Amino acid sequence: MELTSREFWALIHGILLGGAFLVAFTGGLAGFYSLRPEYVTEAGVVERTRRLVLGTGAMAALTWLTVVVGTWIVYPWYREDIPESPRSQLLANPDTDGWHTFAMEWKEHVAWIAPMLATAAFVIAAYYGRDLIRHQPARRIAMTLFVGAFAVAAIAGVLGALITKKAPVT
Amino acid sequence: MSEPARPAATSADTAPATVAREAIDQPNGPVAAVLLATGIGSLVLAILVVWAQASESFGTSLAYSDRVGPLSGKTIWAVVAFLVSWAGLHAVLRRRDVNLRTVWLVTLVLLALGLLGTFSPFFELFAPEE
Repeated sequence: MELTSREFWALIHGILLGGAFLVAFTGGLAGFYSLRPEYVTEAGVVERTRRLVLGTGAMAALTWLTVVVGTWIVYPWYREDIPESPRSQLLANPDTDGWHTFAMEWKEHVAWIAPMLATAAFVIAAYYGRDLIRHQPARRIAMTLFVGAFAVAAIAGVLGALITKKAPVT
Repeated sequence: MSEPARPAATSADTAPATVAREAIDQPNGPVAAVLLATGIGSLVLAILVVWAQASESFGTSLAYSDRVGPLSGKTIWAVVAFLVSWAGLHAVLRRRDVNLRTVWLVTLVLLALGLLGTFSPFFELFAPEE
C-alpha cells in the first residue's frame, strides 16, 4: 500500500489543502457572520477579530497554494502528450471527452478567481481590524467575497474530484 | 472547593460594541482598491482565456512553460493584473473616501464577466471552425 509521487501531490492538492481550506472557510464565515454589534461585546470584538483575520488570511494563503500546486505540479501530469495521460484517455472516448472539454477546461481557469476573492476578503478584514464591526457594508462585502471564493473553489474541487474518479493522475 | 476569584467585568467589556467606542474614520479607498483589483484580475483572466481560444497562435504565445501550456501565461498575467492594479489603485485611493456601493457594483460586473469568460461552454464559442 503506497502512493506514487504523482498520487501524493494530487492528494496534497485535493485533500490536504482542500480540507484545511474547508476548516478555514467554516471559521472565517462564522467570524464574519457573527461580527455584529448586537452579538458581541467590546471585549469580544478584539478576540473575534483576531480569529477572523487569521482565518481569512489562512484561507487566502491556502487558496493560492492550492491553485499553484494544481497548475504547476499536478496539471502537467494530467495534460502530458502521451496516450496514458488522463487528458488523452478522456479525449479518446466520446463518452468521456466532456470531462476534459467541459469540466477540466472550466476548472483549470475558474479556480484562479478564488484566491483573488479570498485575498480581497482578508485585506478588508485586516484593514479595518477591530473596527470592521463598525463598517457593516464592508463586513457584508467581505463576507460575500469570502463565500464567493468558497463557491468558486468548490466548483473546481468537485470537478477535480469527478475527473480524478474518471481518469486519475497516476 | 471554591472557585478562584475573577476580576469583575468592566462596563467596557460587556457593553455592546457600538456603544463603547466611536467609529474611527478610516478612508475606504484601500478597500475599493482591492475590490476593483479583484474584478480587474478576473476580467483579464477571462479576456486571455477567450483570446487564446479564438487564436491558436496567441494561445501558443502564452505557453511560457511547456509542461503547463497556455494556462501558465493566462494565470501569470491575470495575477500580474491583479497585483499591479491593486498597487496602483491603492496608491491613488489610499487616503480617499469613495462611494463603496458603486465600487462594489462595478466589481460585481467585472467578476461576472470574469466568471462568464472562464466558463468553458462560453469561451469555446470563440474557437475557430475546424
